[in-house]
Amino acid sequence: MNPTPDSPRPSSYLRATLAVAWKDLAAELRSRELLSAMLVFSTLVILIFYFALELDVKARNGITAGALWVTFAFAGTLGLNRSMAIEKDRGCLDGLLLAPVDRSAIYFGKALSNLAFMLIVEIIVLPLYSVMYNINLFNPGLLAVTLLGSIGYTAVGTLLATMSVQTRTRDVLLPILLFPVVIPVLVAAVKASSGYLTGADINEITPWINILIVYNIIFIAVAFMVFDFVVEE
Amino acid sequence: MIEVKKLYKRFGLKTVLRGVDFSVQPGEFVALLGPNGAGKTTFLRILASLSRPSLGQVHVAGYALPGQSAAVRQRLGVVSHMPLLYGDLTAEENLQFYGRMYNLPALDERISAVLEMVGLTTRRRDLVRTFSRGMQQRLAIGRAVLHDPDVMLFDEPYTGLDQDASEMLDAVLKNVAAAGRTVVMTSHDLARAEDLATRFDILSRGIIAASARPADLGNTNLLAFYKQALAS
Repeated sequence: MNPTPDSPRPSSYLRATLAVAWKDLAAELRSRELLSAMLVFSTLVILIFYFALELDVKARNGITAGALWVTFAFAGTLGLNRSMAIEKDRGCLDGLLLAPVDRSAIYFGKALSNLAFMLIVEIIVLPLYSVMYNINLFNPGLLAVTLLGSIGYTAVGTLLATMSVQTRTRDVLLPILLFPVVIPVLVAAVKASSGYLTGADINEITPWINILIVYNIIFIAVAFMVFDFVVEE
Repeated sequence: MIEVKKLYKRFGLKTVLRGVDFSVQPGEFVALLGPNGAGKTTFLRILASLSRPSLGQVHVAGYALPGQSAAVRQRLGVVSHMPLLYGDLTAEENLQFYGRMYNLPALDERISAVLEMVGLTTRRRDLVRTFSRGMQQRLAIGRAVLHDPDVMLFDEPYTGLDQDASEMLDAVLKNVAAAGRTVVMTSHDLARAEDLATRFDILSRGIIAASARPADLGNTNLLAFYKQALAS
């Protein structure tokens, strides 16, 4: 049986997802407005922590995970807001919605590009933090937690940014909607990251990683199911 | 090609469309006219599957909305007063992106043909943010016809265009209509509607208040017909 346009082929679904992500990355390479805002913000947050807290070595290890995830979360919110605002302000969201693909492909494309932006910021912020605080952050476990936490954050953030961008108070509304929902991600990511930094036993870290994995699966599934209703009037 | 029966659209307590009946035959060019707030854009958004009807039946190109919306979107091209283009991509990249979203074969050849049609071949590698409003609107039409749709919806396409750009858009629209596509265009510009359309429908207070073809107008001009329809 030939697939009808309402039962899209996996190839066209994947193609549309990658097209959306490619478009965001290509546009950002030209304008650099989103990444530069996220990077400047992240650097400022780290500097503020550095000068405000004046921590000794032991205290640094204790607060590093929290400081890093606060930085990633706030910078991520900036990126999520801007990423959807670009679509809405020029009416491009309608252009995306007019494409004959399952609309969840648009969600996955946007989530993929938002994740890429967040990871780029993290790749730059982690060495910077490492140098400033004289802490070795290049631990494979810590990097894996950073990836898992970022996936969860952007999965929920992309969905909620799509909702908030359709309101007049989108800049204020997104953090208000997002932070309560991502508390499990942030808590699990901070605990697991802290575990790796303080050399805790793997048995203490594993439950937090499991929470991150389960959260990611649940929220990606929820976004897949509800995105069509979120974007339609 | 388009069949709408008893269409209602409510936003909360406000009813914007109040039982619209509307039908368009293949190849017709219908100008949908009406004052601000009459519901023209809402009506077009429903036909484009961007908004769900509250009540009523909508069929476009033989497919029901909202149930078969992906099939409708495959056969539909939409141009609004917003260009739906990315300023930080070139004209060619914008069309490549939309071509991938429509999973089009032989995309490069199709892009060249479309850019030729809208007269932007020499600007294909320029960023869209450097284009004038008229050029952006021509490229928007190129984007909308890229997948060779049967039905085209134009929502106030002349908004913000100067005289030269409007004349260029006239030529492109005539080209689109000459290709045998079914077109529905909303506009406040009665002179342009009279020049382009093969039928005029007046939408007022959420219903189609009057409908006429050029031959039906007789000695009356479109402006008089429009005013009469709004007054009745």
